[in-house]
Amino acid sequence: MSGKYQKVAYYPGCSLEGTGHAYNRSTKELGKALGLDVVELKNWNCCGAMEVKNIDPKLQTYLSSRNLSIADDMGFDTVMVPCNGCYHNLKKAEYDLANDAGSREVVDRLSSKAGHKTYEAGNVETIHALDWIKEAIGEEGLRARVKNSLKGLKIANYYGCMYTRPRHIFPEKDKGPGSESTSKPHFMDDLLAAAGAENVDYPLKTACCGGAHTLSDSDTSTKLVLNLLTTAEACGADVIATECPTCHTGLEMHQVRAEKVLGKKTTVKILYFTQLLGMAIGLSARKVGVHENLSESAGFLRARGLG
Amino acid sequence: MAGMRSTRVDDVAARLDWMVASPDAILVAAAPDLADELLALGEAILELWLSAHDATPTTNKVEGFRLLALQRQGARGDASFNACRETCRELVYHRNLVCLDPAHADTARRLRLGAMVARHLALFIGGKLEVAGLGEFCCASRPLRQREATAHPAEIV
Repeated sequence: MSGKYQKVAYYPGCSLEGTGHAYNRSTKELGKALGLDVVELKNWNCCGAMEVKNIDPKLQTYLSSRNLSIADDMGFDTVMVPCNGCYHNLKKAEYDLANDAGSREVVDRLSSKAGHKTYEAGNVETIHALDWIKEAIGEEGLRARVKNSLKGLKIANYYGCMYTRPRHIFPEKDKGPGSESTSKPHFMDDLLAAAGAENVDYPLKTACCGGAHTLSDSDTSTKLVLNLLTTAEACGADVIATECPTCHTGLEMHQVRAEKVLGKKTTVKILYFTQLLGMAIGLSARKVGVHENLSESAGFLRARGLG
Repeated sequence: MAGMRSTRVDDVAARLDWMVASPDAILVAAAPDLADELLALGEAILELWLSAHDATPTTNKVEGFRLLALQRQGARGDASFNACRETCRELVYHRNLVCLDPAHADTARRLRLGAMVARHLALFIGGKLEVAGLGEFCCASRPLRQREATAHPAEIV
């Protein structure tokens, strides 16, 4: 525990106000129970994922930079983001503003037009919810607070594709011991192991979930998710832990769809890492929003003395 | 052409499904060969992607593996293709585990997991190839949209 990140600005992003509501709830409740402060950005806007970025990446840089500018105005030097898409986009904006004069020019012009100051690269650090818990509390701090150990729970940690890609926008990763790895991320594994869980070696932890095709090509998404689920089960996992609302919702929805459309039933449970950590430190399943997940895992958790 | 590509991805996927479903004894009996076949199937999938994009698949190797060279070639100028970077590395890892110690008690499981990893690669690339224009997963559909915009400029009203 370093004392760092005890109070941070919080950017939930659109998903966490919709399908990822349980992630929003569990992130806030976990922070509160751990004695950490989060202050939501005032009047935040969409980060520009993915639709805007695909059409006009500089406009996406502006949209993300406006959120960073709000954090700066509120006096914060750190903004914590639980959603992988938002996290990726804020990091990309930071990188673009530091390295691309064209992006700076567009952001400056649009910021003036919108009537707020232009965000300056380097003023605010964007961190993921995983960085937040890992740095502010750490494994030792977490271990000391565990009331309901996750012992006996076999977990496949699934990070999805945007938490580590592209590598150049995450200059703090791959810095050796203690830092996060872009090729084999482990922060979620570390935290859940500290809470007593047994992590399985999951070879698809950064593979694509097909999230972008959920609506446009559902069959491809269903097949990709089914392979993620069956591989997790083949690795011996009872639970897939997630840290991205898009991946999480995709896994839940396509688990149901795989059974309906392909006749393939899987039983592995899907839970946010914040829900698992919350229950480990004594929060109820309801407090961390397990009832708000699309898939049913309350009975499974009760049987293991959790929630 | 698109149908032919699709069939070949399906062939690869069918072979991988066979490996996943095979009994331990069959996998163990042919362990090193099947491990090498996993790599070859992975290469075949990446070759399909490159050929569909009018590129000549490289015969070079990266870190001793053509699979990794093909992945790097596919990712050049196409950020979304990097979403299969670690999948390719996991495939190499599982192949190495089996080849270095084919008599290991976990060999059948390692081969099965390797086949599941390769299946993800096949689904990912197959999904990209299946419907023209869907290809650029998540991070980079912009080049496609730009091509569309150039081919069909918006009418000025």
